[in-house]
Amino acid sequence: MKITFKLNGEQVSVETLPTMRLLDVLREEFGLIGVKEACGEGECGACAVIMDGRLVHSCLVPVAAVNGSEILTIEGYRETERHKVLMEAFAEAGAVQCGFCTPGFVMAIEALLRRNPHPNEDEIKEAISGNICRCTGYDMIIDAVKIAAKKGEGLW
Amino acid sequence: MVNFYIPETLQQALEIRGKEKAIVFAGGTDLMVRARVWFGVPSKFDKPVVYIGKLKELKGVSMQDGVIHIKAATSLTDLLDDPLVPQPLKDAISSMAAPAIRNMGTIGGNICNASPAGDTLPVLYTMDAVLTLRSVSSTREVPIDEFILGPGKTAIRDDEILTEISFKVPQFDVYTFRKVGTRKANALSKLSFMGMLAFDGDRVADFRAAFGAVAPTVVRSRDAELKIIGKTRDEVVSVIPELLGDYSKLIRPIDDQRSTAFYRKNVSLRLLEHFLNTHLK
Repeated sequence: MKITFKLNGEQVSVETLPTMRLLDVLREEFGLIGVKEACGEGECGACAVIMDGRLVHSCLVPVAAVNGSEILTIEGYRETERHKVLMEAFAEAGAVQCGFCTPGFVMAIEALLRRNPHPNEDEIKEAISGNICRCTGYDMIIDAVKIAAKKGEGLW
Repeated sequence: MVNFYIPETLQQALEIRGKEKAIVFAGGTDLMVRARVWFGVPSKFDKPVVYIGKLKELKGVSMQDGVIHIKAATSLTDLLDDPLVPQPLKDAISSMAAPAIRNMGTIGGNICNASPAGDTLPVLYTMDAVLTLRSVSSTREVPIDEFILGPGKTAIRDDEILTEISFKVPQFDVYTFRKVGTRKANALSKLSFMGMLAFDGDRVADFRAAFGAVAPTVVRSRDAELKIIGKTRDEVVSVIPELLGDYSKLIRPIDDQRSTAFYRKNVSLRLLEHFLNTHLK
């Protein structure tokens, strides 16, 4: 089945089976390995991408459902000014240790700040509640969001 | 390899469902977990799939004469954002999973999965929700408590699609929705409780209570509710022990990996007792 969609701003087509997971298609057909698989059942958020403006777990999306949609992965987001601010905030807060979960967190935080550029602590916790990090204990990630929201004033 | 159909209209979806007995796929947040094989391998479905997740005809919320109509493939996130959706249902939805799952997951999926732990169900039971089921040649309306028959079992025919959920939003003065899970996000319910009360002066004008994950289907008893409707606050307080006894017979939980029957039953009854005591004493 031919699937056509917008990937990181570029129109793309791929010939694949409709029940392939978006996660696998992104990694294997497009080499976007910032999209990680950990749990494979929507619990951990390591495979999170933004689909039509909303955060989704790419392990739960059959690629056929993406036909005509717009997908943003960490690789596309990396090119933006917002990412630069967020990356620096992560570094400043010490919010990255092993880094495996980081792309998923970054996408979840981007989805949050798009909806709500000035989130309070509860709103931040809610927004990243579908992402699991086994290193940081989350506090540093929450700090990073606060720093990014402040330093990136006007960007979101 | 099964066919994966992407109809453009509800009519086409109904035709495919009727002809192929296809699995109805809306948000996919449960189906994809069940169909998962291994990385790099297509998900495995044992029947053809009909994808309704992007059908505009199955999305949206409207209100007419005090009756709310929710299209079945409306995402949980869209329901949280919609001012027409009553707060108890929003409370239940915000207790579910996490934002990314709620962005995909639909209310129709939560109903048709018929999990005893489905979190919208206790609320929909107390609201007397009615489900609209459509096939190519028929449309019928079924009350939710007649639709859900047991864990994973519903009264849907293999040519039907759930298209709408509707209910008259009841008048109530106080309500509570409580979900008891291992953690706030991404936890399946050990049990859940929905209670609502309406007063007319000193008397109880309406009372509704439903319990999730403590029996094969949601526990709600109009007989038990009627025992306190019409009574004064003082009278109700003296009936509470009897009422707890009634619910104790209906609440028949199991031991499983999430919790124990003992814990589920005790906490359920205490939540009800606490709810009544808080608002009646």
